Amino acid sequence: MSFSSAGYQLLPVLPELVLAVGAMALLMLGAYRGEGTTRLVTTLAVVLLVVTGALELMLPAGKLTTFGGSFVVDDFARFLKVLAIIGSAATLILSTEFLSDPSRRIFEYSILVLLSTLGMMVLISAADLIMLYLGLELMSLALYVVAASNRDNAKSTEAGLKYFVLGALSSGMLLYGASLIYGFTGTVDFAGIAAAVKSGSVGIVFGIVFLLAGLCFKVSAVPFHMWTPDVYEGAPTPVTAFFASAPKVAALAVFTRVTLTAFPGIVPQWQQILVFVAIASMALGSFAAIGQKNIKRLMAYSSIGHMGFALVGLASGTVEGAQGVLIYIAIYVAMTLGSFAVILTMKRNGQPVEQISDFAGLSRTNPMLAFFFAMLLFSLAGIPPLAGFFAKWYVFVAAIKAGLFTLAVIGVLTSVVGAFYYLTIVKLMYFDEPAGQIEPMRIELRTVLAVAGIFNIFFFVYPGPLVSVATAAAKSLF
Amino acid sequence: MTTWPILSVVTFLPVIGAVLIYFARGDDEAARRNARWIALWTTLITFAVSLILVWRFDAATADFQFVEKANWLASGITYHMGVDGISLPFVILTTALMPFCIIASWKSVTSRVREYMMAFLFLETLMVGTFSALDLVLFYLFFEGGLIPMFLIIGVWGGPRRVYASFKFFLYTLLGSVLMLLAIMALYWNAGTTDIPTLMHTAVPRSLQTWAWLAFFASFAVKMPMWPVHTWLPDAHVEAPTAGSVILAAILLKMGGYGFLRFSLPMFPLASHDFAPLIFSLSVIAIVYTSLVALMQEDVKKLIAYSSVAHMGFVTMGIFAGTTQGIAGGVFQMVSHGIVSGALFLCVGIVYDRMHTREIAAYGGLVNRMPLYAMAFMVFTMANVGLPGTSGFVGEFMTLLGTFKVSVPTATFATLGVILSAAYALWLYRKVVFGALTKPSLASIKDLTPRECLTLLPLVFLTILFGVYPKPVLDMSAASVQQLVNNYNAAVTAVKAAALVAQ
Repeated sequence: MSFSSAGYQLLPVLPELVLAVGAMALLMLGAYRGEGTTRLVTTLAVVLLVVTGALELMLPAGKLTTFGGSFVVDDFARFLKVLAIIGSAATLILSTEFLSDPSRRIFEYSILVLLSTLGMMVLISAADLIMLYLGLELMSLALYVVAASNRDNAKSTEAGLKYFVLGALSSGMLLYGASLIYGFTGTVDFAGIAAAVKSGSVGIVFGIVFLLAGLCFKVSAVPFHMWTPDVYEGAPTPVTAFFASAPKVAALAVFTRVTLTAFPGIVPQWQQILVFVAIASMALGSFAAIGQKNIKRLMAYSSIGHMGFALVGLASGTVEGAQGVLIYIAIYVAMTLGSFAVILTMKRNGQPVEQISDFAGLSRTNPMLAFFFAMLLFSLAGIPPLAGFFAKWYVFVAAIKAGLFTLAVIGVLTSVVGAFYYLTIVKLMYFDEPAGQIEPMRIELRTVLAVAGIFNIFFFVYPGPLVSVATAAAKSLF
Repeated sequence: MTTWPILSVVTFLPVIGAVLIYFARGDDEAARRNARWIALWTTLITFAVSLILVWRFDAATADFQFVEKANWLASGITYHMGVDGISLPFVILTTALMPFCIIASWKSVTSRVREYMMAFLFLETLMVGTFSALDLVLFYLFFEGGLIPMFLIIGVWGGPRRVYASFKFFLYTLLGSVLMLLAIMALYWNAGTTDIPTLMHTAVPRSLQTWAWLAFFASFAVKMPMWPVHTWLPDAHVEAPTAGSVILAAILLKMGGYGFLRFSLPMFPLASHDFAPLIFSLSVIAIVYTSLVALMQEDVKKLIAYSSVAHMGFVTMGIFAGTTQGIAGGVFQMVSHGIVSGALFLCVGIVYDRMHTREIAAYGGLVNRMPLYAMAFMVFTMANVGLPGTSGFVGEFMTLLGTFKVSVPTATFATLGVILSAAYALWLYRKVVFGALTKPSLASIKDLTPRECLTLLPLVFLTILFGVYPKPVLDMSAASVQQLVNNYNAAVTAVKAAALVAQ
């Protein structure tokens, strides 16, 4: 039965196929026409991503499976794939300037982003452990190279190497966990595992711990976060923006899918792991960010903290929790992309400036830029009526319903600590004297910032669409 | 009845003004003048529209009026607006004081005027929204959203220690509020909705009542502020620009008291009853201790800030007495304090604009050069003391009366505060206004300008009017207060009866 033609139909993977073939075609284009095509390749890559996203949305509604059930397209996958594609496309747009520098005209950059996105899409749709590993590695291998794409810069190379070594280690742990789970259940299929796992035997719990350790590394959750600040700081800023957005979407997606569809029978077993990880991430993200001087390192700690908040939703293990995670990650991506558009704008005399003190007096020199960034920061801090508040609302409301009161209380208290360092930047921009003029903002950065900023400020006026889509997506997991 | 969403118009009209100011570009004198005039007209029109609310308001019913409802977040979380006799006075207080704030900032704010006016207009929207929201999430949105403009107002246009004060204000208030947010979530799962009128009639289990009460208390006690979490207030007041202090004292503090009236008492009556002794103790400590602290101040604004804490002590005491007089007195005291403390900060701002100091020691003998100012300042000082014939007396007397019925020791100790408030207020007045004018820097100080008279005169009038004829405010809130008291007593006696039966 499982080998019937229906099990191998290709329609559900059509967007992935288009993306893969398109990426290879662009690779050919770049390889034969030389580095002069960087701009063209980047543009075409964005177009390709848009097409892929559109195809994803045009797939027949409902749950589609293929490859013997190991690849699944449901509302959950559609929602997150589109989000990951938006993240990748926005990153490519943000990278235009980085790639226009004569010394850095590397057309491979866009193709690596495309391949990484392909990995993410596979990862999001993965319904067994093998597909999961395939997607994860495709995504990660491309990311390792992208991190080091500023070839002549020691920090960038270091970032790439560090990310690779630690990433390989985490892949090893994930594989070990997966093998244990296979050993104890006799299947790699999520549904099969769910059917086999009715109680948490020691072997299964061991397997889950290793599997989750590998996934925690990808979402940069404490205690597997150590690579994040260094890689964020060392990698070129557009790459940092990429790391902070799309891969996080995919990693959280697989995190959610694995825990909720493969181990729904033993929620208490993995819940305690997630509660610990969430608390540790939120606390570290809030406290460690306070002392940072570099804005990219600060964003790294900020993203660690935000992953902690997203995991609060997941820890509840309910449909509300999954919905919370989805809303959180969507809003988080918008806030992050907007913030990085601002960070990319910060240039003086052609050189990027990355110190937090460089933001001083921005409200005098660039009022609009400062206003949007301030709103993004307040949103990251979770102050209503901005979008970030609703993100926190949905994850904490799920935690409260699941009775995780300690987690919720610690979570909101760390968000107050987190507010402190976001406020510090607002203070620099609004209360202090200007530290000098910055260069005018490029049009593509303007566009990304405007879209992210307006979404962020006006989300509260009409939150219905995102919420209802996220609800449908969350329900498709159960 | 009403065909147009009058409450939403009052709430969001200031935002339209702010958008207009945004489009009046430029940083020259003309643009600044435009910003000022647009802000003034916006606040005046908003006030005028809010008067329609008073006119059409039916004081005979305790129901919510001018109700608007629209889909918003999810089932059970809606855009729900409406006012009753408890919230309407605060809406009017807000819209009425805003024009004064704009006029008071006319000359004293010279840098970034457009942003300043926009921040105030946004703040007005958020304040009116706080008092007219009938959904907990919507309420929280307005309640917390106010932090952003206020943070900027203190931080950008404030005094030398503005950074410290603005951070303290923001983080203190946020810390209290996030706990309330969790309680809101718990209530949501308990009742399946965050609709305030529904929640008022939903029985909340005893244990949840206790925890939710404490969480709401954390937020409102900071906002109020109650001793011992009041320390952000003197800093914020001292550093804020004049209009910022006025708003802070007159309206933002009232959100705490309003919150107790709107949520703690009706939704958690049993917990409120259990915790009343705690509130009484904190209120009495606030009244006596902060009055003593006020006696020691060298900064005019700080003195008034501490006196605000003491006066808010009367409000919390009256509210949690749970009697008609106590609660009606609490509402009245808040309205009265809104007018009087706002006016006192305006008075401080007037001399500060001339002398650029708030040291009490830098003044003395102002009556010789500024008779009009001395006159107005005296009325507000007397109202602050609680002299009969001023609005301050009515509120203090009613809260004391209401508390006396419930707890004689509390009322007795609180009365000490009346004496102490006379001590510090009269001492301040004596130091600043009376005596010989010996300081050379004051020799050429000018009396009130027509613009300043315009800001103080209506407030003098209201202070005395409500002192001799408090009926308008009391009538407006009477029905709602009565219903609140009835429900509270019913809930408390039901539990007592159940306990007796169990024995």
